Amino acid sequence: MKISVKLFAYFRDNRFKIKEYDIDEGTTVGNIVDDLNIDREEVGVLMINSRHTNFDVHPVEKDILAIFPVIGGG
Amino acid sequence: MADKIFRVNMADLTTSIEDIPADWAGHGGRGLTSTIVSAEVEPTCHPLGQNNKLVFAPGLLSGTAAANSGRLSIGAKSPLTGTIKESNSGGTAAQLFAKAGCKALIVEGLPKADNWYSLALTPDGVTITEEKELIGQGNFAVVQALENRIEGKHGLLSIGQAGEMRLASANISIKDPDGSLRSCGRGGLGAVMGAKKIKFITVDPKDGKVAIAKPDAFKDANRIFAKALVDHPVSQALGQYGTNVLTNIINESGGFPTQNFTKGQFEGHESISGETMHDTIKERGGKVKHGCHQGCVIQCSQIYNDADGKKLTAGFEYESIWAMGADCCVDNLDHIAEADRIMDDIGIDTIETSVAMGVAMEAGVLPFGDGAGICKLLTEDITKGTGIGRIIGNGAGSVGRAFGITRVPVVKNQAIPAYDPRAIKGIGITYATSTQGADHTMGYTIATNILNVGGKVDPLTKEGQVELSRNLQIATAAIDSTGMCLFIAFAALDDEKCLPALVDLLNARFDLSLTGDDVVSLGQHILKTERAFNTAAGFTSADDRLPEFFYNEPLPPHNVVFDFSGEEIDTFWDF
Repeated sequence: MKISVKLFAYFRDNRFKIKEYDIDEGTTVGNIVDDLNIDREEVGVLMINSRHTNFDVHPVEKDILAIFPVIGGG
Repeated sequence: MADKIFRVNMADLTTSIEDIPADWAGHGGRGLTSTIVSAEVEPTCHPLGQNNKLVFAPGLLSGTAAANSGRLSIGAKSPLTGTIKESNSGGTAAQLFAKAGCKALIVEGLPKADNWYSLALTPDGVTITEEKELIGQGNFAVVQALENRIEGKHGLLSIGQAGEMRLASANISIKDPDGSLRSCGRGGLGAVMGAKKIKFITVDPKDGKVAIAKPDAFKDANRIFAKALVDHPVSQALGQYGTNVLTNIINESGGFPTQNFTKGQFEGHESISGETMHDTIKERGGKVKHGCHQGCVIQCSQIYNDADGKKLTAGFEYESIWAMGADCCVDNLDHIAEADRIMDDIGIDTIETSVAMGVAMEAGVLPFGDGAGICKLLTEDITKGTGIGRIIGNGAGSVGRAFGITRVPVVKNQAIPAYDPRAIKGIGITYATSTQGADHTMGYTIATNILNVGGKVDPLTKEGQVELSRNLQIATAAIDSTGMCLFIAFAALDDEKCLPALVDLLNARFDLSLTGDDVVSLGQHILKTERAFNTAAGFTSADDRLPEFFYNEPLPPHNVVFDFSGEEIDTFWDF
């Protein structure tokens, strides 16, 4: 099934801003992060469809997964 | 050098140096400005009248080698909100005030003659001089003229045309190490300085130094403290992308107020984001990293050049970019940078003024998305003080009243910044209950609601938000007293060594034996002091509410409203 993956800040370096992914059923958010060679320790925030999520969730068709490093400001 | 209170009376143009009253001794920064304003200012006074006082105080650790300790607090009764106000900023002034032995500068009274003045502060006291040349000039002209006029390094605080006109959004600018400007932006303190007819203040500590009671213990604590700051990943991202790293994540969360708070996401977010800004700065030969004061180890500031590689603006912050960008639907970062530079020059708050522009756009004064139109209004109307310029320069509430608009995002007449309280509910509690009107920095729940720093509290549910905002507002009041930049809080929330090291710094500086609990008590005391001033000024819990539209206009994409009852909000004060 197809989902979109969005990356932010330095996670974009040598990767992409947004990309369509074809994933198998049963794939977790954590699997996708690992597949991108992103260290889970560096991940600050994960969102699916603008709601916070976690590594264990299984995305479904048409989901938009956003992966952010640890960031802050204000 | 023993710290003293410096006092200036503009009514008779006299100055004095006083010993510190015993009950002020343990305070600095915001704790001290709020203590002095509460003790000496009649709460019902007119903010621009003879009975208001303008108080400047460096933090308890300012002027020392402690990392990130260069914040200066300025306090008064606010002409924008009518509440007590403290606004703090970086720049070089805090450290120089402290090195000059000035624990606080209190400016009172109004001059009898229709003259403008400047103040020069040294360890020997304050000199008042009549000023003619720079009246009517913007802040950058003041910086430039004083570079030529004064020998040696000096700190500088000044007002632009907005402060001279006593506009309720006027700020006080503070020079940074490179001659750029930082701002005590919120609440119209520049109008109070303008009412007192002070165009600028210079600070020269001569060879003054801050005494440290226990230098070795201080060095040890500072090493641990600075390491905690440098090691935290948030600090690293702040250095690379600035505070504007937030544009994309707040937009993604659906809490990015767009088109005068009618939507929670902005189509043009990518073109105004921190990532785009970083690439643009690099391409044009600007500076990605820049510290607003000596000793900053985070360096979230930057220098943004125009397409020709010429410096356009510095200290280009997320909230300014959001306000002019998403809230006014402007997706051209160069227009936003140009407007930022103009606002720095005329000395007006970028948040208040840009939110006011968003309300003016809804009123039909100019179309949404018109970045060039914003720059023109700033230059031709606000700078020159035309009718519409003064209406916008008096803030978002002023524009709403002038044009009969009901969607006016203010609390206690101060504009709501870059986080929609419907989709990020914790920050709504902060906006409602803050002693100073809507202000994200008073209790930055975004850390925990969105960024997963200091734990996680779901932004869309009500559970845990009041407690989160309360704990953060108490901690913030204490941090604002130390002279520390609030960005130490990210490390303090996550790294267990950070906060004890900060307490150790205070203990080594003053030979005290404070504990973490004392710091919490200090924060609670400051909030209660500020609230008591507001109560005496006529504010009630009915003022601790958000504007009506947040309760009945659902915000896309989550289609949520702010749904806390008044009783629920009021439990904030149960401490």
